[in-house]
Amino acid sequence: MNGPKPRAANQPYRLPPPLWHARCKACWFTTGLLVLVVASFWSLDLQWAQFLSLEAARSMGRFVAEFFPPDLSPEFLAKVGLGAWETLAMSALGTGLAAALGLALALPASRLHAADRAWGRAPTRWLLNALRSIPELVWAALLLISAGLGPFAGTLALALHTSGVLGRLFAEAIENAPPGPGDALRVQGVGPLRVFLYATLPQVLPQLLSYTLYRWENNIRAAAVLGVVGAGGLGQLLSFHMGLFQMGKTATILGAMLLMVAVVDAGSHLARRWLTR
Amino acid sequence: MSTTVRPMPTRAPTRDPAWLGRLFWIGALLAVLWPLGVATEFKPWILLEPRNLQVTGTFLATFWPLNTSGEFLWLVARETWRTIAMATAGVTLALVVAIPLTLLSTSVLSVSALSGRMDRLPALVRQLVRWTLIVLRSIPELVWALVFVRVVGLGPTAGVLAIALTYGGMLGKVYGEILESGETHPTHTLLRNGAGRLQAFFYGLLPNNAAELTSYTVYRWECAIRSSVVLGFVGAGGLGQQLDNSMKMFNGGEVALMLLVFMALVALADKVSSWLRRSLG
Repeated sequence: MNGPKPRAANQPYRLPPPLWHARCKACWFTTGLLVLVVASFWSLDLQWAQFLSLEAARSMGRFVAEFFPPDLSPEFLAKVGLGAWETLAMSALGTGLAAALGLALALPASRLHAADRAWGRAPTRWLLNALRSIPELVWAALLLISAGLGPFAGTLALALHTSGVLGRLFAEAIENAPPGPGDALRVQGVGPLRVFLYATLPQVLPQLLSYTLYRWENNIRAAAVLGVVGAGGLGQLLSFHMGLFQMGKTATILGAMLLMVAVVDAGSHLARRWLTR
Repeated sequence: MSTTVRPMPTRAPTRDPAWLGRLFWIGALLAVLWPLGVATEFKPWILLEPRNLQVTGTFLATFWPLNTSGEFLWLVARETWRTIAMATAGVTLALVVAIPLTLLSTSVLSVSALSGRMDRLPALVRQLVRWTLIVLRSIPELVWALVFVRVVGLGPTAGVLAIALTYGGMLGKVYGEILESGETHPTHTLLRNGAGRLQAFFYGLLPNNAAELTSYTVYRWECAIRSSVVLGFVGAGGLGQQLDNSMKMFNGGEVALMLLVFMALVALADKVSSWLRRSLG
């Protein structure tokens, strides 16, 4: 008799494999994890002695004491405000560009209907993964060579990394959209562009918008530190004044960064609560 | 209901019926984009200036062939391991920070909250711990690293500490949210019947939420690998520092090889993490 074996009414109770059995995946995994952790600490020559010494505590104390008083002169505050606005603008424009580029890449990266050959799907996904796996800061450092110091390089860096992230999310949203409306238009002989614009896009648009807003929130945080390599915004001010050991000014900039992150966090929390109410 | 019956249109409208609204939104978008473009000095034509094109071209031309000399490969392998080790050590220390703070801050383990409202003092302590977590996680790890590089000098110690503090805050906050959003009935039953808080945690709360907690931790480990590369740029060692050095020397072959290694590393971490999360269910 062939065909699948009939299942027993009560599945036999399977005991977990004994310790150090080849089948005990959890044991091997835990051992591997422990080995990884121990090897990490062992190979890193961490200077705990130096960090936990009295000398380090004193230098830390001196370092923190230098932060006070923060420089609150009006002209410097205006400069920090400009830096914060630059950071915000970088993140907004970067995210906007990324949404456009991500959508442009998401179309070839998704199978639009069942009969779609989607030749470009695999290569476009590779491109998206490559864009995504290089962090903003590395992109910024690379782009400084061709775009020069300043917020423009930072904006492009944010746009490139985020378009990788958004492209993948968009492609998944497009592939998971209900196929009915698109099919209805397609059997009427409507071209692919108009099928996308009038059937697929309206269905996925809320999802695309919410992904974009979520990334924008992340990008504000990323843009604040992007300037450390010279790509504009608050980060550039920070590394500049820290490099000159002007600790009062550094403290003001750090405060501005914290305030900005806190405001964004609170804003997104409130917005989410308002939207899901 | 209105009684006037509009005549059926004889054919479909040839114009887009919503054109006015679309035109308005496009105009509004441009009006918003303009100041943003000014603030970010958005001048794409800079990229196409002959001088910049030449610099970019010569840099890109050096990307191939990759620098695959044995010595350099060995260096990259060592730095890659340092990057992974920094992320792993950082996340381990972050757990050391996060777990006690989570236990302190989660309101599920409150005994006084079993009968109505939580007492004044425990509520205050919990709120303070939560604020500590928020402060820890809202300072970006790069800033922590900049500070620690000043104190302990260049090297992986600064990177590990930076990851430990920021990720400790993130893990602590999310662990608290996971524990509070899950099923709390068994834990409360244990507490009501006289179990201690730790007993209630280990026998009620932890088994309920173990899969979710582990999968979030694994996801954070993956993020830590990415950020330990970034920390290298401020002198915390690892792949990032090497990448920074090669970039400053315009050594395209080395940069390209390291970028490829980095992509492979991220893809690997991605695979490991998704496999683990799937097998945890």
